[in-house]
Amino acid sequence: MMARRLFARPARIAAIAPYLWMALFFLLPFAFVVKISLSQTAIAQPPYVPLIPLTEGWAATRAALAQLSLDNFRLLISDNLYVLSYLRSLTVAAVATAIMLLIGYPIAYGMSRLPARWQPVAMVLVIVPFWTSFLIRIYAWINILQHDGLLNKTLMALRIVREPVTWLSTDTAMYIGIVYSYLPFMILPLYASLAKMDHALLEAAADLGCSRLKAFWLITVPISLPGIGAGILLCFIPIVGEFVIPDLLAGSDRMMIGQTLWLEFFTNKDWPVASATAVVLLAVLLIPLLVYQRLQQRQLGAD
Amino acid sequence: MDEHPQKQEAMQAGAALDTPLLRISSLTKRFGGYVAIDQLSLDIHAGEFFALLGPSGCGKTTLLRMIAGFETPDSGEMLFNGENIASALPHQRPFNMMFQNYALFPHLTVEGNIAFGLKRLGMQKADIKDVVAQMLALVQLDGLGKRRPDQLSGGQRQRVALARSLALRPKILLLDEPMAALDKKLRESTQRELLELQRKLNMTFIIVTHDQDEAMTVADRIGVMDHGRLEQVAPPRQLYEAPRSRWIAEFVGDVNVFDGKVTGEENGRVTLETRDAGVIAALKPPSVDESKMLCVAIRPEKIKISQYGPVNDLGGNAAFNRLPGVVADIGYLGNATIYSVRLDTGAVLRANVSNATRLDTDSYHVGQRVVAWFVPADCMVLEQ
Repeated sequence: MMARRLFARPARIAAIAPYLWMALFFLLPFAFVVKISLSQTAIAQPPYVPLIPLTEGWAATRAALAQLSLDNFRLLISDNLYVLSYLRSLTVAAVATAIMLLIGYPIAYGMSRLPARWQPVAMVLVIVPFWTSFLIRIYAWINILQHDGLLNKTLMALRIVREPVTWLSTDTAMYIGIVYSYLPFMILPLYASLAKMDHALLEAAADLGCSRLKAFWLITVPISLPGIGAGILLCFIPIVGEFVIPDLLAGSDRMMIGQTLWLEFFTNKDWPVASATAVVLLAVLLIPLLVYQRLQQRQLGAD
Repeated sequence: MDEHPQKQEAMQAGAALDTPLLRISSLTKRFGGYVAIDQLSLDIHAGEFFALLGPSGCGKTTLLRMIAGFETPDSGEMLFNGENIASALPHQRPFNMMFQNYALFPHLTVEGNIAFGLKRLGMQKADIKDVVAQMLALVQLDGLGKRRPDQLSGGQRQRVALARSLALRPKILLLDEPMAALDKKLRESTQRELLELQRKLNMTFIIVTHDQDEAMTVADRIGVMDHGRLEQVAPPRQLYEAPRSRWIAEFVGDVNVFDGKVTGEENGRVTLETRDAGVIAALKPPSVDESKMLCVAIRPEKIKISQYGPVNDLGGNAAFNRLPGVVADIGYLGNATIYSVRLDTGAVLRANVSNATRLDTDSYHVGQRVVAWFVPADCMVLEQ
C-alpha cells in the first residue's frame, strides 16, 4: 500500500530522498560523534570506550550507558584553550567575512553593470581559480609571501619598503589566504541578486527625488540583502571551521578551533574531547543560521 | 472614436491664450552614429492629454526619457514655463514618470512605494500618511496598502505605479507604455479610468504608446513619430480622416491605397487615373503637387458594397465612385465583416461593413459579383 502510494506520486519520493540522504550521511554519523563525545578515552583501536557493546549482553550495555558523562564538555569550558580557540575562530571568520563583503560588493556590482555579453566572461574569471587545487593555491601564496617572495620583491622594487617584510606566519597572511580563497563565495550570490535587479528601479528612485548615493542605500542595498545574507553565510560558516589556511599561513601561537580539533584527534588521540569540540562547534554555527532566518522572517513580516 | 467636445473647446481657448507649458525646440539626440531624435519641435499645453505614437524604434521613448531627464539632449531647448530645463536632473523637474514595467520597489509595501517620493521631500509623517491614503483612494486600492508588489495582480501593480507617480503632484505626468502589460479587456477599462483621472485632476499627461487605439481613446492630440521626427501632430479625428502623408494613413488604422495621377478637374473635384483601380474621383486636395505621382486612400469602413451599386449618379458633389468586382475573401469579426473584393481592374479592395442587424440580409458570399462604391469626399489624395 505504502509502496504503491509512493510510486503513484514520484514527487513524494523526490521530497523524501534528501531527508533520507541527510539522515543516513549526516544525522547518523553525528549521533556517533555525540555518543563518542560522551564517553572516555581508552587505550584501544579506535581509542575510546566502545559505542554500544551490544555483543556483550544487556548488563554490559547498561554499564556502558551508565558510564556516559558530560566530563568532556566540562573540560571544554574549564580549559581556556578551547574557549579562546572558539573565540578566535569566530573573530577571524567575522573579520574576514566583513573584508570580503567590502571587496566583493563593488566587484559584484560592477559585474552586474557590465554589458550583457561581458557578464558571463566576468563570471568565469571569478570561478577560474577553482580549476586549480585549493592546496596548490595556498602553497602559491606561501611562495608569494615568503621572505624573498614576489610580494617583498615588488614592494622593494617600488621602494615602498627597504627591507623584506615578514608576512608568513602572521594574521595578515592568514587573512590574505582566507579572503582570497572564499571571495568567489561572496561575489557569486551578491552578483546573482544584483544582476536581476531592474535598472529602472534606480531611475524611478531618481525620478522621485533620490541622489545616486541615496538610491543605492534605499534601493540597491535592500534589494541585494538576500545576496548579502547568503554570501555571509557561505563564507562565515566554513571559515569558522577552517583548518588548512591558518595552519599554513598563520603563526602557531594562537589556534582556530579547527586546529584544536585536529590536535585533539591526531596528536592527543583524544577522540571523545575532539568529538565534544565538534559538537559545540556545530551548536555555535547554528547561531548565525538562526539569526539569518529570524532576520528573513522579520523582513517578510515588516512594513 | 472617442471625442471630448467640451475639453477640446476649453483647450483650444487655453492654447490661444497662454504660452505652452512645455516647449521643445530643435531637440536632437544621437546614440553613437544613430540619430534617435532629429531636430524635433513640439508644444505641450497645460491640461492636455498628449500621446506620442509610433512604431518601435521611432524615438518616442527616448523623447519621453529626455522630458523626464533620464537622457540629455545633444542640442536643442526644452522650456518649461519659459525656463530651460534641458540639463536639469530628473528630480529637479516637476514631472514624474510611470514606468513601462512599473518599476515598483519590490522590498517596499504599496504604502512604502507611494510614500517614497514624499519622504524624500522631508514631509511630516502624518502628512505623508494622509497623501498616501488619498492616493490609494484615487486609484481604488484602499485596504491594499500593506501588501507587497508581488502580492498584487498586474492591474493592481499598474495602479500602484500610477499612484506613486501622482503622489508628488507633478505638473506633467509621463507615462511610458502604461498599459502594455495588461490584457485587452483590462486595458480598455484602464484607459477610461486614466482619462477620467486626468480630467478630475486637471493635469497634463504625456503618454508613449505603440497602440493607436489607446492613443485615440485617451489623447486630445497625438504626435505620430517616425525616425526621430514628428510626422504629424493632430487631434485623433484629424489624424485619422486627414492624414498628412501616405505613411500616416497606413500607420493609423486600415486603408486602401491606389497609386495614380491627376487627369482632370471639375466642380472642385479631381479625377485620378489609378494604376489598378481605374478612375477615381476625389475632392480637390488643398495643398498637393498635382503634377507628381499621387495616391488615393480610402478607409475600408467608408466603402459600401451592394449587388448593383447606386441606381443613379446624381452628378456634382454626390457623384459616386463605383468599382465592380468579385468577393474574394470574407473576414467575420462580429461587429463588422471585412470583405476583400477583387476588382475587375486587378486591385484588391477591403470594405468594412458594419453588422448593424442580426438578420442575415446583407451578406455576400465568396465569388459573388458586387459593386464597391464610395463618395469622392471620403477619398484622401496624398503625396507618396
